[in-house]
Amino acid sequence: MYKIYKMGSVEVRALNGINLHIRPKEFVSIIGPSGSGKSTLMNMIGCLDTPTSGKYYIEGQEVSKLSENELAYIRNKKIGFIFQGFNLLNKLTAIENVELPLIYQGVGSSKRRELARMALERVGLGNRLHHKPTELSGGQQQRVAIARALAGAPSIILADEPTGNLDSKSGEEVMQMLKELHQEGRTIVLITHDADVAKQAQRIIRIADGVITSDSAPTDEVKCE
Amino acid sequence: MSIWMAFKMAWSSIISNKMRTFLTMLGVIIGVASVIMLVSLMQGATNEITEQFESMGTNLITVNLPRNGRGRTLYMEDLEEFVQKNENLFAGVAPNVNGSAKIKYETESHDTSLLGTNSIYSTATNTPAEFGRFINDTDVENRSKVAVIGTYIAKEILGEGGNVENALGKKIKINGVYFTVVGILEEKQEGEKGTADDWVIIPYTTAQRLIKNKIVNTFSFQGASKDTVSEATSELKNYLLKFFGNENAYRVTSQQEILDTMNEMLGMMTMVLAGIAGISLVVGGIGIMNIMLVSVTERTREIGIRKAIGAKRRNILVQFLIESVVVSCLGGVIGLITGVQGAKTLGNMIDVKVAYTPSVFMLAFGFSVFVGIFFGIYPANKASKLNPIEALRFE
Repeated sequence: MYKIYKMGSVEVRALNGINLHIRPKEFVSIIGPSGSGKSTLMNMIGCLDTPTSGKYYIEGQEVSKLSENELAYIRNKKIGFIFQGFNLLNKLTAIENVELPLIYQGVGSSKRRELARMALERVGLGNRLHHKPTELSGGQQQRVAIARALAGAPSIILADEPTGNLDSKSGEEVMQMLKELHQEGRTIVLITHDADVAKQAQRIIRIADGVITSDSAPTDEVKCE
Repeated sequence: MSIWMAFKMAWSSIISNKMRTFLTMLGVIIGVASVIMLVSLMQGATNEITEQFESMGTNLITVNLPRNGRGRTLYMEDLEEFVQKNENLFAGVAPNVNGSAKIKYETESHDTSLLGTNSIYSTATNTPAEFGRFINDTDVENRSKVAVIGTYIAKEILGEGGNVENALGKKIKINGVYFTVVGILEEKQEGEKGTADDWVIIPYTTAQRLIKNKIVNTFSFQGASKDTVSEATSELKNYLLKFFGNENAYRVTSQQEILDTMNEMLGMMTMVLAGIAGISLVVGGIGIMNIMLVSVTERTREIGIRKAIGAKRRNILVQFLIESVVVSCLGGVIGLITGVQGAKTLGNMIDVKVAYTPSVFMLAFGFSVFVGIFFGIYPANKASKLNPIEALRFE
């Protein structure tokens, strides 16, 4: 997979031939210094962007050529995002934030409420349903974000520096939660620059200058070209 | 995502920014309110004027013959014959013998205007006697010395005050000749001096003798019905042209014509004023667009989040579009209420009975909805086109 940006006359090869196959129910961490292309890779995996060349399949479906709306559909159904900065809507309560992906899935209001409540209970915030993000601690906010990522029942959870803005105790809690989600059978992709965080995954992929420099997993099942 | 959900989102965004929303709406409120106020007041004034005209008889056709008697003379008998021939168009004709009268009653004396006419005048110009009777055909035939008087004369000169009815049967002197009061006219202008309530009517035959002039210059025709007035007018013009052979010898005006011209003028004025007021609606729309653009920039990150978790372009577009439509509709409703109340208050102040026109309400409100959509599309489209990656990076 290639992603090439043109800045004036300079060509930036943010992804310079990435070959990667992530199997279902894997817990993968992608680690690399800033500028290594890991954010670009995350955008690709998260279907926020499409590669300049190369192909990307999610569950057998090629998504590298999809339209903006089709990508939105894939993001909605198959991917749950967890961001470093939580990215909750501060005007909405916790439960309303968790309901958002369900709104775009077209789930009816009573079922939506129920699913959102279950997701929040799952992350241990059953008693904070109607708090606004500003009334919650950082760790709690990230747990709301995890609940939001879970609510739409995606197969892939994509976490971008989920512990970056948290103190070490909250960070550990979040990591613990990700491990639990993995054990429940979800595919987790964790993007970080922190080796301590990265090593908690089953498989560690190192990336630098847009190419994979090491992959702790067996390489015989590579599927991306 | 349902439209209902989009409404709920728009609503929560609106109430989280009350002051700003109100200021944004203000343009639309002022626009809608001023359109409604102006149109309601103008319509009220128009109705009042129309009513006044109609009280003078809508089937009335007035003929002025400034040069009657110089050259050919047209007599009452000729016109009566003409009316009889055109029974389908005319109900009758009344001569207007105008003059001035010096009225004396006991020690009181008063100068007023005098009209000599016949019974047709009462119906043609909608001038009935409230008490007693109007001039009748026998009076005209016999040149009776009978008079129908306005309420001012009855109240002040005959000194009857509130009981004008008591003036019936009294004898008054008009230009030195005794007349018997047989009728009191319906009050038209609160019985003031010098108004339509300050005059006397006598049989035209008597009047011709009194002012020593057999030539009548003005005639009032009563059309058979409202719908045939214009036909009757042209028929009458044809007859007069044939008689005098000169278009300048006569002037024919129908009440309906005057009314139509006036209505047209007032209608045009209303349109112009409403149009000017409508400009503020457009200005209000620009205000909405401005704020929506600011709001899109402010909420770039929110848009990024929504898109990342699966909002399609359409979802974002609808969300912002509905927000601007809700703002303008709300402004429209508040403007409607303000306009109706304002027109009422202002109408009371300047003594005009306001007339509300539902079609104008619909139009003003519809226009405000249109403004919301029109000026909302650009910001909403801008929001929907944001790239989620860049939007998420936005601080």
